[in-house]
Amino acid sequence: MTNNTDVDLQADVPNSISPPLWLLAEITYQCPLHCPYCSNPVNMEETFNELSTEHWERVLREAREMGAVQLGFSGGEPLLRKDLEHLVAYARALGFYTNLITSGIGMTEKRIAKLKEAGLDHIQLSFQAANAEVNDLIGNKRHSFEQKLKIAKLVKQYNYPMVLNFCITAQNIHEIEDVMALSEQLNADFVELATVQYYGWAYENRDHLLPTLQQLQKAETAVNRYRAQQNGKGPTFIFVSPDYYESRPKACMNGWGTTFLTVTPDGSALPCHSAKILPLRFPNVKERSLHDIWHQDFSFNHFRGDSWMPSPCRDCDEKDKDFGGCRCQAYLLTGDMYKTDPVCSKSPDHHLMKGITDKAGTAPSKALQYRKVEKPIPILEVSTTR
Amino acid sequence: MMSNLQSQTEHHLDADSVGADDIGSNNVEDNIENSGSHNNEGGRTRDKTASLNPLFRMQFEKAQGCYVLLFPEGMIKLNPSAAEILKRVDGSNTANAICVELRQAFPDAPDDLEEDVHAFLVHAEQKKWIRYDE
Repeated sequence: MTNNTDVDLQADVPNSISPPLWLLAEITYQCPLHCPYCSNPVNMEETFNELSTEHWERVLREAREMGAVQLGFSGGEPLLRKDLEHLVAYARALGFYTNLITSGIGMTEKRIAKLKEAGLDHIQLSFQAANAEVNDLIGNKRHSFEQKLKIAKLVKQYNYPMVLNFCITAQNIHEIEDVMALSEQLNADFVELATVQYYGWAYENRDHLLPTLQQLQKAETAVNRYRAQQNGKGPTFIFVSPDYYESRPKACMNGWGTTFLTVTPDGSALPCHSAKILPLRFPNVKERSLHDIWHQDFSFNHFRGDSWMPSPCRDCDEKDKDFGGCRCQAYLLTGDMYKTDPVCSKSPDHHLMKGITDKAGTAPSKALQYRKVEKPIPILEVSTTR
Repeated sequence: MMSNLQSQTEHHLDADSVGADDIGSNNVEDNIENSGSHNNEGGRTRDKTASLNPLFRMQFEKAQGCYVLLFPEGMIKLNPSAAEILKRVDGSNTANAICVELRQAFPDAPDDLEEDVHAFLVHAEQKKWIRYDE
């Protein structure tokens, strides 16, 4: 019974391109919150040119046929699409594991029941902090914390697995123990304590958001202390530290064009949700099939494998581990998307990281911007000491 | 909101944690012998009814050529043995009953089939894929 050999599943795929396993459906960029760490593009021109229900049905069908199995409905706030329940039911019938990634704003008991009926598998609920004051300030929306608490209870009441996502920044990192206590109280199954990554709006606001190394170490110690007294009970906490303090880059997207496929509100197909900032022309699902896009498009093939790699990646014995790091990060920080991710200590640009992290905790030179606001609003001022 | 999708240095509490990483890594349970010894493990639970943790959904994936366990944002590929066992973890069978069923279904299986099944179930319980009715 036990002498099985694992079959090489990729061997019979043409050109050794593995199928996308994860489809991130960013169905709208509209959002009732204005978090300054949002990963959405700063250029919001796509906001009002959204795919139709029929387009999304075709995207789901084609992705599933290729082998995609995990599906994230995301945004923006996906609840703002009136066809969400329909798309969930459609995806579930195709065999997807359906994840709803939501702020909870706009959710009602009626909708959560309808989504259950549609076959939604899991709800990931975001919080901006563990108390109303900071939470509502970061999202720039009054009463949002109250609403989130209500939705967390409904998620459990309707028997969904519940993942809570707390975006950790300099504004809330000192309250990480409160975050863990709240998560336990809400009966979360998994909790992502995710230090924000610096893309989109978060890149613009990075100097406000980036915690100091000392703050991070303190937070990580607190997380480990909390875990130690859990005795296997309560939520599983996942602590994600920002790679700015690392000496090796992350294996971004598990390698370009290997696992992840993002489709944005206007139908752009991307190897990751940040990729549109790169000087590459990305295809649109309105014009081509997902299969063509995944297998043949110039942009998807551009950073596959290692032939594109510069030195020191090219000759590095870790290139199969991190694939040269993140293309968007290389582009944002050096202006050249072909360079080694400067997070790597072997990168000739690694000194840039120190230049940034040294400034953490000091007063940034430009004002913090909330995502997409029509009129000026007060600068986020949250005490970072207890 | 989406930060979890861009994989970063993660400090997992344990191996079966949630995360976008899981789906792309070689999370293949291809050697269930590693998961437990051939001693009397699982003795505590052998006459208890086992059911799949509702956090997980099991299905056959054509593109993977195998059964998988799906959970929030992740996937675990199962080898054929693990899949045959977990198919029978349905909330009505005890561990012992699963062994009897498997012996009937695979009469030519080696003598230590029962021990392998119990070792796998111990592993599956540790991983929180299954649970027992008290």
